[in-house]
Amino acid sequence: MDVDLITNILFATLRTGTPLVLIALGEMVCEKSGVLNLGQEGMLLMGAVVGFMFAVISGNTWVGLGASMVAGMLMSGVFALLAVTLVANQVATGLALTIFGIGLSAFLGTDYVGMGIDGIGPWEIPLLSDIPIIGKVLFSHDPLVYLSWILFALVYWTFRKTRVGLIIRAVGENPESANAIGMPVMKVRYAAVIFGGLMTGLAGGYLSLSYTPLWTEGMSAGRGWIALALVVFASWKAERVMLGAYLFGLASIMHLILQGLGFDISPNLLAMLPYAATIVVLMVIASDAMRSKLNTPLALGQPYRPQL
Amino acid sequence: MLRLEKRPSDSRLMAYMSPVMAIILTLISGALLFAFLGQSPTHSLYTFFISPLTDLYGWSELGVKVAPLMLCALGLTLCFRAKVWNIGAEGQFIIGGLGGGYLALQMGNIESAWVLPAVILFGALCGLGWAALAALLKTRFNCNEVLTTIMLNYIALNWLLYSVHGPLKDPEGFNFPESALFSDFAMLPPLFEDYRVSVSLAFAMILMVAIWTLLSRTMIGFQISVLGEDAKAAQFAGFRAKRLVWLTLLICGALAGFAGVSEVSGQIGQLTPYISPGYGYSAIIVVFLGRMHPVGILLGSMILGLTFLGGEMVQMELAMPKSITGLFQGMLLFYLLACDLFIGYRIKLKSSAAKVAAAGS
Repeated sequence: MDVDLITNILFATLRTGTPLVLIALGEMVCEKSGVLNLGQEGMLLMGAVVGFMFAVISGNTWVGLGASMVAGMLMSGVFALLAVTLVANQVATGLALTIFGIGLSAFLGTDYVGMGIDGIGPWEIPLLSDIPIIGKVLFSHDPLVYLSWILFALVYWTFRKTRVGLIIRAVGENPESANAIGMPVMKVRYAAVIFGGLMTGLAGGYLSLSYTPLWTEGMSAGRGWIALALVVFASWKAERVMLGAYLFGLASIMHLILQGLGFDISPNLLAMLPYAATIVVLMVIASDAMRSKLNTPLALGQPYRPQL
Repeated sequence: MLRLEKRPSDSRLMAYMSPVMAIILTLISGALLFAFLGQSPTHSLYTFFISPLTDLYGWSELGVKVAPLMLCALGLTLCFRAKVWNIGAEGQFIIGGLGGGYLALQMGNIESAWVLPAVILFGALCGLGWAALAALLKTRFNCNEVLTTIMLNYIALNWLLYSVHGPLKDPEGFNFPESALFSDFAMLPPLFEDYRVSVSLAFAMILMVAIWTLLSRTMIGFQISVLGEDAKAAQFAGFRAKRLVWLTLLICGALAGFAGVSEVSGQIGQLTPYISPGYGYSAIIVVFLGRMHPVGILLGSMILGLTFLGGEMVQMELAMPKSITGLFQGMLLFYLLACDLFIGYRIKLKSSAAKVAAAGS
């Protein structure tokens, strides 16, 4: 194994892990407020297709990226309306969002399959990208990778240091008490859900505007679901979300590594790897039942209706 | 001002009306969508929902879709009643088809009436085994079944792809990712001569009655319902929750596996990458639409089956994308969940008199 290969592996790991970072950070905030949104996969696909469509129509990938975020927010808004305001079952509503998103994205994207665009290219950071190895691994990415680091810092800082973080946690742990001391439970939950939608929409835009860049039906390949498992794996801690996302990024590019090393294994078999890894990770986490219980937001998945 | 008020007890009428309202809302949205796309709404809706059923052939085609949907949904009903959120019917369906198909290919030279029962049974067992993984992960390792079953779906799909691209690929198939054709001895016979619908539809009907009996007439059915309604009460009553989780998942796996093997040996006749158009996922909508009741499952399967047929119809007749099926299905589930709110709540006009009373107290 030579240095070039390792450099490329690390570079690709960060690239592949980025959509997971974005989705999982958004979903983590959402779950911290007590709302479980299983609709990530649907929002992700909608972010991807809407972003791609707007990029093609406007000829500008940044317009596309903005549209991705709006699409994610709209989708999560529908979820919030049903699951937060109308107290529908969160599991069922999340599934509905995913099924709806898969259907709607396939429908909207029919005419865009096979089209090509100039994706968002890399921004090599001056000077830093000239450092051997590290420069390539860390500082030669496209801007969304850097953005994901900024968003990580934001989420980390919010929950560590700020009042906003405390309020979100209070709402997710015990909405009744939070309401009793005057916290706007519904507003906080809406904001958290829509932030999650924005992040997942952004991740969708990253997939179709930068990572591939093209649109195919179902191109998210289960990343939304893997990100949901990641949040559990990370026990709702931002720094562990990052770690987990990159580990999964590594698992997803295993086929490239093995090809590089001269192994000849069916790509379909290797494609199972991230999913199998997710199951193994869930097994390891859940075997320590006490810890996962302590970290789970207490009111997660429970609808709340203020007494009028 | 309108406001929501909790009903003293859930409305039974609304529980039955909600699916009807959801279907009407979906039709209205569909009409608007078709109009937006520049098609005549009435003609499009007619093409989508009515024209597939204007002849016996169409009804047979509906049966082709209804059988797998019903089989998967009946199993999921057991799971969802026990609040075991099994999203894995799709994977269990695929593994059932793959397993049964594998055996059918291995027994290609055997000319015996026993081939078919062996293939069907093995397919159902494979589905059961796939569901057993999820049951083991939930009961032994305490893993969230939504996530594990989804992951198992993706693994199952990749396993199928690997098989038809690799070991099970037809050597004389011009390098298409397809297996050889099954022998006639491995093929499920049609229910009626000259029509495609296979005898699996009859099995689905029999199983509907069986599941209905299980749910309404047996202790196991009662325990499943109690576990779903109130896990604590089930624990106090001494019901063994883990055993019920195993039971519901295994039955669902076997039914979905049976659906899968019936699809490959009843309709397709070989293994291809596309043995399921998403029956396992659509069956989830069937369960909610059918109110988790076996008869409701039959009606729900017909509605969802019709959305599959309608999608094919508008593609052929109006050159619209087939993916409109998924869009209709998603809308239907959304509207259903929204309408379900009115089972537990009702809309009240906040009158000024109430305000005065509130101010006075």
